[in-house]
Amino acid sequence: MRRAGVHAVLIAYSLLAVAPILLVVMNSFKARNAIFGSPLALPGPDSFSLIGYSKVFRSAHVFTWFANSLIVTLGAMVLTLLFGAMAAWALTEYRLRWTHALALYLSIGIMVPIRLGSIAILTMMRAAGLNDTLTALILVYIAQGLPMAIFILSEFIQQIPQDLRDAARCDGVPEIRIFFEVVAPLLRPALATVAVFTIVPIWNDLWFPLILTSSESTHTITLGVQQFLGQYITDWNSVLAALSMAILPVVAIYVIFSRQLISGLTAGAVK
Amino acid sequence: MATLSIRGLTKSYGDARILKGLDLDINDGEFLVLVGPSGCGKSTLLRMIAGLDSVTKGDIRIGERRVNDLEPAARRIAMVFQSYALYPHMNVAKNMTFGLKFSGMAKPEIDRRVSEAARMLRLESLLDRRPRDLSGGQRQRVAIGRAIVREPDVFLFDEPLSNLDAALRVSTRVEIAKLHRLLKATMIYVTHDQTEAMTLADRIVVMNQGEIAQVGRPLDLYYAPANLFVASFIGSPAMNLFDIAPAPGAKFGGPSVEPFGLDPAPAGAAFKIGVRPEHLRLDAAGDFRVAATVELVERLGEISYAHARTKDGKAVVAELRGRDVPEIGDAVSFGAEARDLHIFDADGLRIDAAHVKPPG
Repeated sequence: MRRAGVHAVLIAYSLLAVAPILLVVMNSFKARNAIFGSPLALPGPDSFSLIGYSKVFRSAHVFTWFANSLIVTLGAMVLTLLFGAMAAWALTEYRLRWTHALALYLSIGIMVPIRLGSIAILTMMRAAGLNDTLTALILVYIAQGLPMAIFILSEFIQQIPQDLRDAARCDGVPEIRIFFEVVAPLLRPALATVAVFTIVPIWNDLWFPLILTSSESTHTITLGVQQFLGQYITDWNSVLAALSMAILPVVAIYVIFSRQLISGLTAGAVK
Repeated sequence: MATLSIRGLTKSYGDARILKGLDLDINDGEFLVLVGPSGCGKSTLLRMIAGLDSVTKGDIRIGERRVNDLEPAARRIAMVFQSYALYPHMNVAKNMTFGLKFSGMAKPEIDRRVSEAARMLRLESLLDRRPRDLSGGQRQRVAIGRAIVREPDVFLFDEPLSNLDAALRVSTRVEIAKLHRLLKATMIYVTHDQTEAMTLADRIVVMNQGEIAQVGRPLDLYYAPANLFVASFIGSPAMNLFDIAPAPGAKFGGPSVEPFGLDPAPAGAAFKIGVRPEHLRLDAAGDFRVAATVELVERLGEISYAHARTKDGKAVVAELRGRDVPEIGDAVSFGAEARDLHIFDADGLRIDAAHVKPPG
């Protein structure tokens, strides 16, 4: 009985979460009249249309936006994981005088949203001549993802047996190689977890592309889609088609990492 | 192969002194076992020799070199851990070669060492396996193999058998002993298991609360413990200890101990006498006699342990041979020969010069 109750709540929540996405995907396959006429209906023989997709594919910028999103997301992810893991290793393995203060400083980054610093970031990027570049976005997203990445990875690094690091030291393995060849391979589930946590908000972010990029050639897909939204006329077919396509990479990443993700999320809890 | 010398070695964490100025010399090719209760500092001492823990004060020399400030790898040591500490994502061969890669050793030499170690430890058929596909005993052999291929001056073992089941522990113990004879290397071995200590060691170092209680050959420790701690730590069941005080007529005795003479009489009024369980006999003859009531008899076949209690509440264990064992509730009188008695003064130190004269 209790299990049934729990499942009912979970199913209700899943429906609530999936419904809008389903609506977007469904309507992206419908003609304009059908989207407005019966938004909740499945695409039928008379309402089915690929007009949105053909328009999106014809638009010259969509592929640039997709490419930009990919570059920014993957670039920021790789660097967040690399720096995050290295920082976590340094903070957990080496007890230096500033370790404690540094860890505290980094944990502030988890609590204070980075968007509070938007204006300062904008001024900084202007001053550095990085305005309207993908580099600016990557840098901001690294800063955004790093505190959480360090926090999660530190927990995992602490679970790697001390004996293993000691054995490597007795074996004469240099510290940097201990990190890359002994510790990092064992962190794989944790890295997958952090990767997903890092990627999803970056891919979906509208705020920083909006304030940091101005030309169409540096837009990301979430910002680019806004081009289809007009003040008087909105091209809903294109908007929905582009959004549906934008969902795909995130879903793909989830599928790829899900196995690792589960072991990563549960590893800390069970032990 | 090398000697090792430790002078005034101290380790402190803040105010807590873990090691209190140890002096120890280890001979070339010697098998030295560090033994003691948990928290006595034996593992800390091993880790300091390995270079994994820093030295607070004092010197460690391997051969002629002072190694205090050297990295573990530069000390020419190899360590085998209780948890095996194999690299889980590498196969057996890679586990053994991983460290050698960084020493700039030529590939043919690495291959030679690995195949030799694999042959010695019967690991040839396992070289492609990952650690998770190996049994506990195989993992420990790989861990030993990883130490052998380094051809170190000193092998360090940190309770290497503790994670193995009883049968495997015995066979691996024998293998380690053979390995020592084969390699003739200096080995330092930490354990809390006195069977391992007694069977493997050339010399045993008994440690207690950050100090060395006694260093000596296994049988010396057993038959001539230098103090009460070593006396009660080595030997199972533990040595029986009796409080002794002066008795009328220039004799000594205890609440349940028949008065006996001592020549020369030890200085100080109170002292203790220890008797190992196998030296107590039931016939009430002998130079030293103690009365007790039997509470429990454990019959193991060739021997039986009689657990008894004296009337002042002291537990006495006697190891008896053959079929002649007392029943529970029997009032018995145990006896022992003068040469089997250990006398300790009020400070717990052994008195060797005193001779026991029989009662009567």
